[in-house]
Amino acid sequence: MPNQTPLVRMENISKHFGGIQALTDVSVELFAGEVVGILGHNGAGKSTLIKILSGAEQADSGRIFIGGEAADIQNPNDARSYGIETIYQELALCGNLDAPSNLFMGRETESLGLLNKSYMRSETDSILAKLGIKIKSLDVEVENLSGGQRQSIAIGRAVYFQARILIMDEPTAALGMEETKLVIDLIQELKKSGIGIFWISHDIHDIYSFTDRVAILKGGRNVVTCATQACSQEEIVSMIISGIPAPSLLKDRPMAAAANTA
Amino acid sequence: MKNLFFKLQSYPLAWIVLVACLIALTISALSPYFLTVNNFSNLMKQVSIVAILAAGQSIVIISGGIDLSVGSVLALTAVTIGWLVQNGVSPEIATVCGVAVGTFAGFLNGVIIAKGKIPPFIATLGMLGIARGVALVITGGVSYQVLTPLFLFIGNGKLFGLPIPIYFVIVAYAATHFMLSRSKFGRHVYAIGGDESVSRLEGINVDGRKIAIYALSGFFSAVAAVVMVGRLASTPPNVAFGIELQAIAAVIIGGISFAGGRGIVLTSFVGALIMAMITNGLNILGVSSFWQQVLIGIVIIAAVWVDNIKSARRR
Repeated sequence: MPNQTPLVRMENISKHFGGIQALTDVSVELFAGEVVGILGHNGAGKSTLIKILSGAEQADSGRIFIGGEAADIQNPNDARSYGIETIYQELALCGNLDAPSNLFMGRETESLGLLNKSYMRSETDSILAKLGIKIKSLDVEVENLSGGQRQSIAIGRAVYFQARILIMDEPTAALGMEETKLVIDLIQELKKSGIGIFWISHDIHDIYSFTDRVAILKGGRNVVTCATQACSQEEIVSMIISGIPAPSLLKDRPMAAAANTA
Repeated sequence: MKNLFFKLQSYPLAWIVLVACLIALTISALSPYFLTVNNFSNLMKQVSIVAILAAGQSIVIISGGIDLSVGSVLALTAVTIGWLVQNGVSPEIATVCGVAVGTFAGFLNGVIIAKGKIPPFIATLGMLGIARGVALVITGGVSYQVLTPLFLFIGNGKLFGLPIPIYFVIVAYAATHFMLSRSKFGRHVYAIGGDESVSRLEGINVDGRKIAIYALSGFFSAVAAVVMVGRLASTPPNVAFGIELQAIAAVIIGGISFAGGRGIVLTSFVGALIMAMITNGLNILGVSSFWQQVLIGIVIIAAVWVDNIKSARRR
């Protein structure tokens, strides 16, 4: 994998809000077909990092490469044009609109200058069927659906618009166990198709089983990025808290350091 | 009975039309004069200006905003038309200029709200003062006469037996309904009203849409001004004072949610009609205008109460 060109490389990203330094020189990479967990406490900078990639915020300094090419991401539309789609914890859908309206939000299909509602409806129907997502009706406002169904629609949207890079910001935080499983199964499918996924979480236990690598942030700095299986869950928890790389990682420090600064 | 009540809630237009019919039947039971062609024509003329303003206001409220400046923008438009006609400009060109000025005032509202991050209530409250003030400055407080054929036709003319203002109302509502239900712009109005940050994250140009929404409200105010100039054949700078509250009330009585994101514009026309019927009906019955205000106040609160029941049932 390291010999491939990474799908995403964020290099030395820094960002401050007023007097608060949210991110300092953070670098991460994401390869095709890989799930990378971004871990940290509230305020560790994980959401800010990901908002910079999704175009919701702009970095003060640092560079982003998509597929090896320098990328200029000023807003969500720029990010989308690079194949980056974001699934937010709760901000994903407009509850007052139905599934097709949400799936096509901001990218509505028109014919002769008017909304092509029947086309958007049938496309929604087929993408949800393809992903095995069942909702009771396409015409019901999505606030009447369960959290898992809503999250599935958001994922369906990303897949429909051919995301290569998926950012998931605590996508299962508001979901029950069954529904979380639904989302994780969906993610495994997407992985197989070569999509790269950043999964943001504050709890390693939620993501230990299905992430390939984890990047741990504390105080806006990248503590370490390592293969998930290289550490135990306990070691990762203590790194999130202490901000100090686990001793077991220090043995192969050159590799860990390389992953950090590559 | 209770089931029927809730079923009707899912058809907002049917529901409010039913309420309007009940009110009409009640008044006509008390006075045979109410349901006459003559009075109906009168009622339509009375309702036209508030109804046009309410169409624009509906777009704003569905988008989660509010426009308090519509009465003042109406006055500014009227005064611009009057001043230009007074200075020898043809009524047609004066009308186009007036409508441009009104639309520009709305555009400014939009820019202040979207780019200046000023809440709509405050921004349009400011414009309420500014537009009215400019109207007074232009005229020095004087009203101009505009007894030209164009305005007399708009105010008193008829086409196929119906007063001209009704056609303005029909076009305003048909266009707005079409825009909201079938265009990308309309879809974005509902999305922004539903959740502004989601809309932004999903790549909707929220700022651009807001500017368009308030410019459109300014345009509707300007169109209402043209009808007003026709009806008065003059342009007093204090015209339509306080009418914004009637426009907002019409929208709310019709059933568009004040929280934004929901509703259809046609109900606002019925809301305006209900208010006009109450005023007109109570006038016919000889009830004092003081009591009319009390009744309309009650109707507004009742409308929001019904809206609350609707949203409670959604949860």
